[in-house]
Amino acid sequence: MRPPDPSEMPATGASNVRPRVRIQTPALAHEAAQAAANARPTDALRGSPRGEQDSALTVGREAIFDVQDLSVSYGSSQAISGVTLQIHRNLITAIIGPSGCGKTTFIRSLNRMNDSVPGFTIDGKILYHGHDIYDRGVDRVEVRRRIGMVFQRPNPFPKSIYDNVAWAPRNLKMKSGLDERVERALRGAALWDEVKDRLKDSALGLSGGQQQRLCIARAIAIQPDVLLLDEPASALDPIATAAIEELMQTLKNRYTIVIVTHNMQQAARVADRTAFFNLDASDGRRTGVLVEYGDTDVMFTRPADTRTSDYVTGRFG
Amino acid sequence: MTDPDDPDVTPREASDPSDAALQATAELDSLSLLAEDLLDPSGPLTPSGHLRRRQMVSRLAEAAQTTAAVLAVAVLGILVYSVASRGASVLSIGFLTKDPPVLSGVAGGGIAPAIVGTALIMAVATAIAMPMGILAALFLTEFAGRWTARAIRLALDLLNGLPTIVVGLFVFGLLVVGHHQSGFAGSVALAIIMLPLIARATQEVLTLVPAGLREAADALGVCHWRTVLGVVLPTARGGILTATVLAVARAAGETAPLIFVCSIFSNTTSLNLFGQALPNIPVYIFNASEAAERYGFARAWGAAFVLLAFILLASLGGRALGRRATLSR
Repeated sequence: MRPPDPSEMPATGASNVRPRVRIQTPALAHEAAQAAANARPTDALRGSPRGEQDSALTVGREAIFDVQDLSVSYGSSQAISGVTLQIHRNLITAIIGPSGCGKTTFIRSLNRMNDSVPGFTIDGKILYHGHDIYDRGVDRVEVRRRIGMVFQRPNPFPKSIYDNVAWAPRNLKMKSGLDERVERALRGAALWDEVKDRLKDSALGLSGGQQQRLCIARAIAIQPDVLLLDEPASALDPIATAAIEELMQTLKNRYTIVIVTHNMQQAARVADRTAFFNLDASDGRRTGVLVEYGDTDVMFTRPADTRTSDYVTGRFG
Repeated sequence: MTDPDDPDVTPREASDPSDAALQATAELDSLSLLAEDLLDPSGPLTPSGHLRRRQMVSRLAEAAQTTAAVLAVAVLGILVYSVASRGASVLSIGFLTKDPPVLSGVAGGGIAPAIVGTALIMAVATAIAMPMGILAALFLTEFAGRWTARAIRLALDLLNGLPTIVVGLFVFGLLVVGHHQSGFAGSVALAIIMLPLIARATQEVLTLVPAGLREAADALGVCHWRTVLGVVLPTARGGILTATVLAVARAAGETAPLIFVCSIFSNTTSLNLFGQALPNIPVYIFNASEAAERYGFARAWGAAFVLLAFILLASLGGRALGRRATLSR
């Protein structure tokens, strides 16, 4: 069993949780109490899957993912619980929320990348085009063939630029027209003009932003149905981030995109729909819950839940 | 409140924060138990009190460590020098290409059969141990569950700690009793010694392959074995080569198992791996230094020098390989 990358690890214990500093100064104690009161959800909202707001965006759109009451645990610690939402075709759906609220756990569950994490158990259903992806008889390799993923840190293979993109098609017996396929993928990732003269060079010589676009090219070279992006720009500078965000707008015409981000401005800029996850620490448990899900402009201008408005206005998180 | 003379408001406004500050200072003071613990920030910046003694101890410990390190290097230096000074005098092209003299008590001759035999035995041993070691390491890192992996790692470590003479006995019982000594039996014995070395070192290298690379490959909908072949193994190639070269260097000098399974040989070059015991350098050194004959002694020193040179060069080469592989990553 290979050790999981710690940066990808879910909230197992205290590592992801910032130590709380108790504020003793009398002047601030009042504010702290207020913040605690705000952070505590009202009973009516706590943990329960909220019905989605009506949206012009989703009317008549096929739901690619239908997540029903999803709970994920690693060993004895529950990472997310009771998540119910639908993800619609050719939209960009952003998952936002504070650290440790289960955003990454959620998105990795969508293409079974969590299967290799020790102690991973799942409850509830994830229907993908009506098929439960955790059903018996479902092959996770086939799931990932259709649901591609790009990770937080650019992780090109230590191969040439060309081989990075061509590796998966070669292994999937998509060998005819390989050169065209590589070119199309690199063009699709807005990288072609920068690398067309050095396709045989090592991918490790590219800049961080280029590497991340190469990883996107690698993911779309096998023409998946869905692209999952797990904080794809968090390791990049603003210019490279802008390039990735622009790229997403063109990619959404072909693919359904789910993006995890802890950058609220990014979600506001790129996403059609936004889901806000939060860490629910009531009842002595710490688990990620879906607080609110709706069209991005609604989520950022007139959210229904106080926790959402607190988060998007920067009062915590 | 704006009136500075108002006795009710002004003192309270002023004292609120300073009260808190006073309280904080008092808490800090209560932390330091003794007055002498208090730092005098204005004193000279030379070591004082306790620190002076600590520095003495520190210097003594440093001296002891340096001595130990120098001794370790000195042992290697003296050993290499003593072998080289005795062995280099017999070294010549002929020594590497000629057979030993048929009669004892004669000067000249060479150790060509032993060199060829050791090369052949080592080649076959590597051909057995390398694929097995790499596959075992792959199983450990890529496929085995946590407990299985732990059990196999333990088994490999125990195998690694097995006295080589026991390995020799084992192979003697397995392949020689009822048959005869052979170069192949020697290869098997050396392969058993090399296997845990290669498997464990390869496993260490494989765990260094970034988990992100495996995830990236897995996320592309490619079977895990293709991921291993296409991404994991090429990334770890340098380290695996290093591990193998170091294992070869270690096994090439093993004598004890070969005495059991591959020691009764004629002094002519042979490539017959299965039919008979092959001459080899370690056993040749052993035999020639047992025979009370000065020309034999000289040839034994020469053979020892050749073996030592090969092992040192292989070790250095293996390390250089490993370093280059790490740099290029």
